[in-house]
Amino acid sequence: MTTREITFRDALNEALQEEMGREEGVFIIGQDIYGGPGGYQGAFKVTKGLAKDFRDRLLDTPMIEQTIVGAAVGAAMTGSRPVAEIMFEDFITLAMDLLVNTAAKTHYMTAGQYCVPIVVRAACGAVGVGPQHSQTWTSWFMHIPGLYVVLPSTPYDAKGLLKTAIRDDNPVLFLEHKKLYNVKGRVPEEEYEIPFGEARVLCPGDDVTVVAIGYMAGLATQVAGTLRDQGLSVEVIDPRTLAPLDLETIFQSVRKTHKVVVVAEDCKTAGPTAEIAALVSEACFEYLDAPVGRVGARDAPIAHNVGMSEYILPDAADIHEAVQRVIAW
Amino acid sequence: MTISEELMLQMYRYMVLGRLFEQSAEQLTHKGLIPGAFHTGIGEEATHVGACLALTHKDYIIPTHRGHVADIIKGADPGRLMAEILGRATGYCGGRGGSVHIADAASNNLGVQAVLSAAYPVAVGAALTQKRANTGRIVLAMFGDGASLMGTFHEALNLSAIWHLPVVWVCVNNQYAMSTSFAEASAIANVADRACAYNMPGHVVDGNDVMAVYETVREARERALAGGGPTLIECKTYRQGGHSTFDTNPYRPQEELDAWSKRDPITQFEQRLRERGILDEKRITQIADGVRQQVDEAEEFALSSPEPPPEAGVEFVFRSSEVE
Repeated sequence: MTTREITFRDALNEALQEEMGREEGVFIIGQDIYGGPGGYQGAFKVTKGLAKDFRDRLLDTPMIEQTIVGAAVGAAMTGSRPVAEIMFEDFITLAMDLLVNTAAKTHYMTAGQYCVPIVVRAACGAVGVGPQHSQTWTSWFMHIPGLYVVLPSTPYDAKGLLKTAIRDDNPVLFLEHKKLYNVKGRVPEEEYEIPFGEARVLCPGDDVTVVAIGYMAGLATQVAGTLRDQGLSVEVIDPRTLAPLDLETIFQSVRKTHKVVVVAEDCKTAGPTAEIAALVSEACFEYLDAPVGRVGARDAPIAHNVGMSEYILPDAADIHEAVQRVIAW
Repeated sequence: MTISEELMLQMYRYMVLGRLFEQSAEQLTHKGLIPGAFHTGIGEEATHVGACLALTHKDYIIPTHRGHVADIIKGADPGRLMAEILGRATGYCGGRGGSVHIADAASNNLGVQAVLSAAYPVAVGAALTQKRANTGRIVLAMFGDGASLMGTFHEALNLSAIWHLPVVWVCVNNQYAMSTSFAEASAIANVADRACAYNMPGHVVDGNDVMAVYETVREARERALAGGGPTLIECKTYRQGGHSTFDTNPYRPQEELDAWSKRDPITQFEQRLRERGILDEKRITQIADGVRQQVDEAEEFALSSPEPPPEAGVEFVFRSSEVE
């Protein structure tokens, strides 16, 4: 397979370009998707250049998150395959009803008469833009039956998972971490998809398992490298999709290492780490040699001030410390 | 536009059917056979019937949680409709949806949005597909006066106008959102007056006049199909019953109830058709008997239908089981 190095942003852009080329019903709806000549082309430039071939499929709307997601649902119910862009994940609260009560329940409520093949893309993660533009929320959405939740951590995964999301007949929440947009990685020239519910082992190891979600997967891999130099073998698993969740890969690893730390950028309380920790405890209790470790943000909004936000958010040092804690148990 | 005698009789028959069907469901609720509450559109039949008869089979509809005759006109079978209301396996949603979530894809019925504000954006999206693919279909979105004061009304009507979407917005103004009267809840007297804010035509219609509703929706449909964009139609009518079967309805002045009951849409239309010589006593009895039989059959079908197996309650969460 021929690969080349591209950014996470370009990987997403390629997936959109290819899927629009593949299927007439795919369109993108949201704010400033195009924005006219000289316009934004996406708040994070993910839709840059798509107007060249698909001008009529970039639908710029006013600031109407509820109606962006709701219109995507109605279009999907009648045969389209829309991709809705919500600029910041924080704003998804405005569209929560349509996502939770309509998108995720329609297939169920109609006994399969209608399906809702939509992808809602949203930028998550803190980059210094204050409490209302910085959140990463995943457990809210894992909690919703009928909704898939995807968080790629590499350009390769971003492209393959977005293509799968667009082709899937179910509603998908696709979270893109702002700090990843400029990160480069190798992506095949050839067409590929990544199935949902298949975790990726980012680095194999025998002493401890680290399940790290989204942007945290990269940090965990760095930490694994540091610890390897100190003689500790860390297995890092990126679930890639939180719904469906590849429990088998996680359980297998835990049965091998007997120790696990779960890491996510969400606030720790009732975050995804709580659910994964509970699932591991239920299924692998007799294999565990230490309590399940958890790393997440402190239970506070994400402050604008750099020092404060660094204090609140989990980082490599927190992961390092949590791993050493379970090892020392 | 002339309305044929045949269509007038159809209008009359559907209004009677709508009323008897909902009275039957109401009684079943009181007997404890229907889980939860049931909401009737009794008194509003002219609006639901007039609007839906203006559509073709291929047009899409988002009905409200009242006026179940809308589903029937669109093509739903009354038996399966009643079965869904009873939560039975043979219902349109296999018992998962109930009265306020009925959808029938075979008749292009997109289903009720029971969180009322969702109807507007979903209608915009459905109309967007029609416009993009140039299908020659419209979307009829129905909503109540209470729902007209929700935020998505503004978002979606504006979007439908700037994109010239083939959608007809029909407000069933039955004067009450539960016990809150529209007069108290709205800063302006007519929902349709809001149309000027979206640069679309707005019409106030007597919602108890089935022919007036039909004609207005029909014209709006033609306008939408010709690329003229959306229209907002407000049908002034009255919810004769309570909000739901739980509501004993003590909050409305007797004079108001009496005044509207004199304007009952079925009685009025019956009188009109008698005067025109289209209906007589014999015909009225014939129609009533036919409708009674249809409703009895629907009820019988529903009551004799099996309960769904409890474990079916976790089916259809996702489209395909391969990835679950």
